[in-house]
This record gives sequence, C-alpha cells and structure tokens, in this order.
Amino acid sequence: MIIFEKAGKNFGRTPALNNVNLSLPEGKIIGLFGPNGAGKSTLLKAAAGLVRLSSGRVTVDGKAPRQRRTRLAYLPEQNTLPSNWTIKRAAEFYRAFFADWDNKRYEKQMEFLNLKDDLRFARISRGQRAKAKLVLTLARQARYILLDEPFSGIDILAREEISKALVRDYSEGQQTIVVATHEIDEIENLVEHIIFLDNGRITVLGDADELRRQEGKSIVAIMKEAFRDGGK
Amino acid sequence: MDFDATRPIYLQIIELYKRALLTGELKSGDKILSQRNYAEQYKVNPNTVQRAYREMEALGLVETLRGQGTFVTVTKKQLRTMKEETAENALHSFIYEMKTLGFTLAAVLTKVQENWEKEANGR
Repeated sequence: MIIFEKAGKNFGRTPALNNVNLSLPEGKIIGLFGPNGAGKSTLLKAAAGLVRLSSGRVTVDGKAPRQRRTRLAYLPEQNTLPSNWTIKRAAEFYRAFFADWDNKRYEKQMEFLNLKDDLRFARISRGQRAKAKLVLTLARQARYILLDEPFSGIDILAREEISKALVRDYSEGQQTIVVATHEIDEIENLVEHIIFLDNGRITVLGDADELRRQEGKSIVAIMKEAFRDGGK
Repeated sequence: MDFDATRPIYLQIIELYKRALLTGELKSGDKILSQRNYAEQYKVNPNTVQRAYREMEALGLVETLRGQGTFVTVTKKQLRTMKEETAENALHSFIYEMKTLGFTLAAVLTKVQENWEKEANGR
C-alpha cells in the first residue's frame, strides 16, 4: 500500500502539498482530481520517489519509494523519450531496464491500440504518442501504476481508446492504478475511488458510487462544490 | 451508453438489465456480456461491473457458470413481480406529479383516456 503521513512539499514559499495523510486503497483504479496547480503531480512524483518531501513521509509497502522502484510504474506528463527513437527502440530500452517487462502484454496493447512499432516519436501525432507512452508504462507488471495526465492534449477518440486500454489492462492484473487528471469527464465511470486535491490539501475522498449515493450528485458537481468551498 | 452521473453506476447497470428483461430483449437462457467485456465496452470500472453482476446473481436474475459465462435465469414469477414494481413506481411518480400540478382525479382520468391511444405504440 502507498501511504502518505503528514506529507508536505514546498517549492520556495509555495506549498504544493500541505500535511497530506492518505492511504491509497489496493487493487483499485483511483482518480486523483483537482485543478491545475493543486499538487496532483507532486503527490504522484513523491509516490514514485522522484520528489523529496519537505516534511512527513511516503512509503510504498512499508519502504521508501526509491527502494520500491520495481513495484512502481510512472507515466510522466512530459515527454521523456528521445524524439528520434521509434516505439520499438523505446520498448527495447524498457525491456532492458525493467525486469518486470511483459512483452506479450506490450504486443497485445500495441495491437489493441493500432500502433506500429516502427513509428518515430518525432513523427507521430500527440494522440499516438500518448497511447505509446501508456503502452510502455502498462507493459510492466508493476503493482502500482501512476499516470500523470494521460489524456493531456489529445482528441476524444484517442482518449476513449486509452480508457479502454486501461480497463483491459486492469482486468488482467492485480494492480493499483492512480490517474491524475483535471479532465474528470473522461474517466468518471472508470475510477472506483476518488481523491480530490485543492491547494495541496485533500478535500474530498472516498468510493465513487458511495459519494454519488450520499450526495445525489455527479463526481464533477461534488468536486466543483468542494472547490468553491476552498478546501475548508 | 451514457450513465446518469448523479447516481451509483452499479445500480444503473442492474436497472438496465432489468429493463431489458422486462421488455423481453433478454430472455432466460440468454448469455450476457462478460464482466470484462462490459467494463471495456462501456468504460466502467471492472469492480463496479462485478458488484452489479454479483447483486443480480443474489437477486437470482442471472447465474455465472465457471468458464462458460453469465446467463439469464429469471423466472416468470420474478418477471411479474418486477413488472408490478416498475409499474408501481411509474404510477407513484405520475400521481405525485399530477397532484403537485393541481389536477383532480377526474381531469387526470380524462387526460389519460385522451392520450392512451396516441401513446399506445409509442416509445
């Protein structure tokens, strides 16, 4: 389980995370929602061991994230792969780097998402690039999958395909998937557990269907309300 | 398919299946989508689909046979009860609405009579 205890992170004087206490439920698809600048990326990066907290701590199955590298697959929002690489080259790189690389899974998802592996990152559309990044991340049999804005800047068809690829993959593994996004609509029905961050604080937390039942509102409406209340 | 975003998804999945049973779209013995295919097709969390299917099994509407799939097992008696319940609910909300609007029983009955034929084949 990934657990945050009194986690804080400041960038200069700006707090990105403010005394966050949180345990991410196992085996679920979790939506990490919130407006831009709410601290979603920082939270994910801290869980992935890519950001050092200013205070408090985060543990993955009882140890520091850096010691749990093999259990964590992280998809960054930015493009980190060289643009002259083909998808195939990137896959080979991943395979060499991560022992949990599952080539069958990679091939299946490539086929499912209609991607050719001789495509170069420099030449492909944003949608294709987003899909390729996702395939590379999901092809690892990591226990925890952390996705930072996987829908960022891509068209609605590619979004749908990505959502379906996520469901597909999830059904096949015993994974915990965290999706950080400000585009809630696309995956509203896909996430089972909701975390809403605003100004580095958690303002809404819980089971998605339970929240709908309690409030009689959509997740988006509940978020908006929490946002208006300004995290009180 | 678009779900109503303000209500639990698993309940809506059950309602959709119930409706299909009531309209005869699905009959006893029919095989329904596997949980996984349902989740993929409608982009719903697999655990949510599992919850809906589990409740339908508990209600005796479907049965899952290992390695073969999930099948409709609804009985005529269950269907009658479901039909009664659905009609009851529709009637309640209709009466409530008409009362709120201030219609008398006589006026409502006339209206129903006038519109019955028109709607008969509708929807």
